[in-house]
Amino acid sequence: MSYSVEIKKLDLAFGAVKVLQGLDLNINEGEFLVLLGSSGCGKSTLLNCIAGLLEITNGQIFIKGENVTWAEPSERGIGMVFQSYALYPQMTVKGNLSFGLKNAKVPKAEIEKRVARAAEILQIGPLLDRKPGALSGGQRQRVAIGRALVRDVDVFLFDEPLSNLDAKLRVDLRVELKRLHNQLQNTMIYVTHDQVEAMTLADRIAVMKGGAIMQLGTPDEIYNRPRNLYVADFIGSPSMNFLEGHLEGGSFKVDDMIMPMTGYDFAAPQTADRPAVIGIRPEHVVTGELVRNAPLRYSVDVDLVEPMGSDTLVYAKLGQHLFRIRMDGQATVKAGETLEVGIDPSRASLFDKATEDRL
Amino acid sequence: MADLTVNGPAGPRPKKRFSRANIFLYGTLIVVSMYYLLPLYVMIVTSLKGMPEIRMGNVFGPPMEITFQPWVKAWSEACTGLDCTGLSKGFWNSVQILIPSVVLSIAIASVNGYALSLWKFKGSEVFFTILIIGAFIPYQTMLYPIVIILREIGLMGDLGGLVLVHTVFGMPILTLLFRNYFASVPEELFKAARVDGAGFWQIYFQIMLPMALPIFVVAIILQVTGIWNDFLFGVIYTKPATYPMTVQLNNIVNSVQGIKEYNVNMAATLLTGLVPLVIYFASGKLFVRGIAAGAVKG
Repeated sequence: MSYSVEIKKLDLAFGAVKVLQGLDLNINEGEFLVLLGSSGCGKSTLLNCIAGLLEITNGQIFIKGENVTWAEPSERGIGMVFQSYALYPQMTVKGNLSFGLKNAKVPKAEIEKRVARAAEILQIGPLLDRKPGALSGGQRQRVAIGRALVRDVDVFLFDEPLSNLDAKLRVDLRVELKRLHNQLQNTMIYVTHDQVEAMTLADRIAVMKGGAIMQLGTPDEIYNRPRNLYVADFIGSPSMNFLEGHLEGGSFKVDDMIMPMTGYDFAAPQTADRPAVIGIRPEHVVTGELVRNAPLRYSVDVDLVEPMGSDTLVYAKLGQHLFRIRMDGQATVKAGETLEVGIDPSRASLFDKATEDRL
Repeated sequence: MADLTVNGPAGPRPKKRFSRANIFLYGTLIVVSMYYLLPLYVMIVTSLKGMPEIRMGNVFGPPMEITFQPWVKAWSEACTGLDCTGLSKGFWNSVQILIPSVVLSIAIASVNGYALSLWKFKGSEVFFTILIIGAFIPYQTMLYPIVIILREIGLMGDLGGLVLVHTVFGMPILTLLFRNYFASVPEELFKAARVDGAGFWQIYFQIMLPMALPIFVVAIILQVTGIWNDFLFGVIYTKPATYPMTVQLNNIVNSVQGIKEYNVNMAATLLTGLVPLVIYFASGKLFVRGIAAGAVKG
């Protein structure tokens, strides 16, 4: 199996501050990989290292099997799209698109051809003679993508490209990006802090924290089988319900409640009893008719109801613990009521309390 | 539907031209501008009077008979010692000093500022700090060491030597100016250009230079006025044949033999001040914009 991008034992330090430490990452040919994490987790830094805009302290970077650790950004076969678009303000759209090609001494006819192709793909043909100042945010970002597109690169790097756009435009451009990836089949590495973007776009997601990759997996794995408490908490909105208790002989005990974990897919056979945390997604809690078929049934006291149109978010008390439940938008629950809920342990996640790793 | 005949004000807000605030505001402005404009007025009217009229002592009165003779004399006939060529020689000397000094200092400082803000290297901050300290050392302490340096490299008394001095002394403040301006340019723009394969000079000339025009205007104004008005360096590092205009002016105004020709002195002073004045008026708007643009971030 050949990888498009290989990162081996990458270290990056700014003076005494270690930003990235011993990071390994392999990205497949044509894969859409999302680096996801909150601000300061090192995701943009990693992207800049791949681009060659930051000099790494130690380690190796391969692109298409070639060691590019010390290569100039322009020699790596990458194109990059920035959050602030970073279009050259004094050049026309056409000038922006062709700047990199002129630097690479591509013949004029070839430049014309590639610019025309990119303009067609991104539907920015009518804008070619305008300056960036006369474009809207969405158009600017399209031009920025075009600038990577014309260079015919192996790997596209996106640094939070949609963060500066308004909500509606962001959704539109997200869909377009996905379509573009389907069409071009290039390797794409995409940095974002928005988990919806990550879930919708990615073939695989790397959840990062503190300069390390917490979990690397498909969106489905990340969502359903988070490897540790951090990932479980970070992914999902509203976030997971966590209850602290004990795992004893295959059952999870919290206060005086006992939840037999029948059907739960343990990562390793559990022999010893230990303090643990159970995570239950608000959308995996069932109510109404479905409760009858649920393996575990509880009564909760409704505290607060947030109708969101498509869904209704219910804040309730399960014993002493805050418990969020995501219900249908048509649900007619009121604060103060008692609600029957059902939980399926096979869809829950169990974590060791000490190591915070998945059990 | 809303009723259109609502109560309360409608139409434009009434203007109160002679409110107390306005009288106070414009009164102050008029007094202050009088304070600054009056000497200029006196200079202009005096330079247009003949000596007999000046001797009558009516300093503020307009000239009864306008004459441009003092201006002509100041330009081409006024004497300093035995040399009676007026200011004209000093003017051309100043031009020969000004143009290379301004071009050289700005060219070097802009590249300095560009490199120090975007191509940070090990020790670049230290280098910058040392450069900035230069802006706080009084010129007077360096006068004699520079005399020695210029003598050793054989540029003492030469126009080239003065150009060198002006270029060096402009460096700290101009570098600071350009560094702060380039530091306010979004870093991603610089990154994008690097991904596009542009090198140090390509990014400088094709991306940064076109964006930095306002700050270049600021630098040009600072340098032109500073170098044109310089007297200290001019009088020390040149010789009579290469005296700049300011030194020539001083010599004309302060010559003691004969009668003091106030009208010629006024005309000579106005002539000397004309170049910076023209620069200010021609680029006033750009100047303000450039100062603000460089100051916001950095």
